[in-house]
Amino acid sequence: MARMVTTRNKVISTAAAWLVGFLIFFPILWMVLASFKTELEAFAIPPSFLFFHWTTENYVTVQERSDYFHHALNSIIIAGGSTLIAMLIAIPAAWSMAFSPTKRTKDVLLWMLSTKMMPPVGVLVPIYLIFRTVGLLDTRTGLVFILCLGNLPIVIWMLFTYFKEIPKDILEAARMDGATIGRELIYVLTPMAVPGLASTLLLNLILAWNEAFWTLNLSTLEAAPLTVFIASYSSPEGLFWAKLSAASTLAIAPILVLGWFSQRQLVRGLTFGAVK
Amino acid sequence: MKNVLCAVAGAAALLISAPSIAQTTLTVATVNNGDMIRMQGLTSEFTAKNPDISVKWVTLEENVLRQRVTTDIATKGGQFDVLTIGTYEVPIWAKKSWLVPLDKLGADYDVNDLLPKIRDAVSVDGKLYAAPFYGESSMVMYRTDLFDKAGLKMPDSPTWDFVVDAAKKLTDKSAGVYGICLRGKAGWGENMAFLTAMANSFGARWFDEKWEPQFNSPEWKKTLTTYVDLMKQAGPPGASSNGFNENLALFNAGKCAMWIDATVAASFVTNPAQSTVAGNVGFALAPNTGLGKNANWLWAWSLAIPAGSKKVDAAEKFIAWATSKDYSKLVASREGWSNVPPGTRASLYQNPEYLKAAPFAKMTLASIDAADPSHPTVKPVPYVGVQYAAIPEFQGIGTQVGQQFSAALSGSTTVDAALSAAQSATEREMKRAGYVK
Repeated sequence: MARMVTTRNKVISTAAAWLVGFLIFFPILWMVLASFKTELEAFAIPPSFLFFHWTTENYVTVQERSDYFHHALNSIIIAGGSTLIAMLIAIPAAWSMAFSPTKRTKDVLLWMLSTKMMPPVGVLVPIYLIFRTVGLLDTRTGLVFILCLGNLPIVIWMLFTYFKEIPKDILEAARMDGATIGRELIYVLTPMAVPGLASTLLLNLILAWNEAFWTLNLSTLEAAPLTVFIASYSSPEGLFWAKLSAASTLAIAPILVLGWFSQRQLVRGLTFGAVK
Repeated sequence: MKNVLCAVAGAAALLISAPSIAQTTLTVATVNNGDMIRMQGLTSEFTAKNPDISVKWVTLEENVLRQRVTTDIATKGGQFDVLTIGTYEVPIWAKKSWLVPLDKLGADYDVNDLLPKIRDAVSVDGKLYAAPFYGESSMVMYRTDLFDKAGLKMPDSPTWDFVVDAAKKLTDKSAGVYGICLRGKAGWGENMAFLTAMANSFGARWFDEKWEPQFNSPEWKKTLTTYVDLMKQAGPPGASSNGFNENLALFNAGKCAMWIDATVAASFVTNPAQSTVAGNVGFALAPNTGLGKNANWLWAWSLAIPAGSKKVDAAEKFIAWATSKDYSKLVASREGWSNVPPGTRASLYQNPEYLKAAPFAKMTLASIDAADPSHPTVKPVPYVGVQYAAIPEFQGIGTQVGQQFSAALSGSTTVDAALSAAQSATEREMKRAGYVK
């Protein structure tokens, strides 16, 4: 009897999980569907779910009007570059704070986070003036720099919490066995920190990929990433949903694929340390 | 032989040097709408005639563009050579000396052919600071079949009493047909564009001559009461989230008997590829209350050059090309007369081919003529602008007030509460900005 209830519970919870999953995924599915509709069908009330005239004309129009690959390449460089640099700075920072904390470590961490407390638009004009003066407007270097700075506090915080989970006793044991600092880092710490590093990297990559304030405001043509590409397809007057959906589908495709392949690390990293 | 060699070498040198004319690259910032995208597609016609100029486009959504361009021009960032700006920005930016006056558009440009109201809107002290690319006003679009069936006849210049009465008669909620569709979504360019224009026709104004906000006036109360009551009785459900696009979809699906909005909508609602009611649409001037002002606005997307640009000559050439009579002919020859950017030149409205292709042309012109940015309402005002006041603070105030009015429409606040909140918010902002002591 008890077993039957368990099976039924399993069925119910599986169904519920699928339902919730579908609900969360629905906006993306809807966007993909809309990208294959004509503008008129995309706006139709009531909307049609699958039975409409499927067309790829939006993708053709979007590619004709703007250079997707130019924008995608910029996005890859900006998101990838800013993430890598942020990791390079954050790993030693988090490491030292996690393993040799001082009296002020907590204050330093809080101070770092405080830079995220101001809305970015508050510093738009000063940053814009600095960028103008040093010639960084509309350059990938400039965007890598600003996104790296913007995400650095989050990266350090995430890494700090992961590193703190690593028991110090293991390090001590390694030392007792005569491991040098280099060996300790490579053979003991790194394997244990990989899930944390991977998920931080991925999350930061996604954050940088989706960042739409600085990338829109500090780029014009040469450095314009996919956020600018999408912003050019929205309009308050006129029908644009189908084309906007096509542009958005193209814009999220690379990160969606990346996320799909690395979901194991992502989930493992995000729940790391949650269960003791 | 030597001579021949010299000649060949000379010719070769010429051939090699020919393509290397110093290139000027223009970066044009523009909004995403049909006319601008069409211009983007026709750029090769311009560069073919001007091989020393190449053109690159930055297309952005209107509000993103406004923020982007404002940041750049205020900091003299120099990222753009040609800007697409509206009639709201032109007077403000020209007074700040942010724009280059356009006085070298060429002998055959024919400035006097520009519609006087539009030309005024993009000029300061008689100097043209932006060249209008397309102009629009607002008007009533209505379903002739529904009006015939109900035995109603729309006058060319209806009163609000007539519109309210007709909207109630034409509403058939069981059939999903609503008497009137109007903007309700909050925003200075959304519901406030419509409501400010409507308020003008009721004799209301944003500020008196001393910049004192006027939302406590009986005229504003009458405007907002009429609007809210009308939409409750004859408007579609959820109207407080409807903007241009939502109402366009409703009208095209046959759910609105009347729609008051931008004149550019006329080409969409009469296009059989988009609209299920294309053959049954009539046009009339925006309504009035007999006070001499109709509830229509005036807007023109225009091309301007930021001050400090190092490419003024090339930019001016491009602007002259894009806003010329020849450009209209070019569009007509490629995509038909109905796709020519409307509302900027008198000659277009004398062209029989255009008048034939665009049944809404006469009413568009009449609507533009009926709007007066210098005297938008019945009483005198200290500001310029029909559906806005051309001061830098207006975007913020307009959106704040728009949120109050949208809430009154959705029923989450009353008309009186919305007006008094609008009054106090506007008073506070105007004091802070130093207009009122």
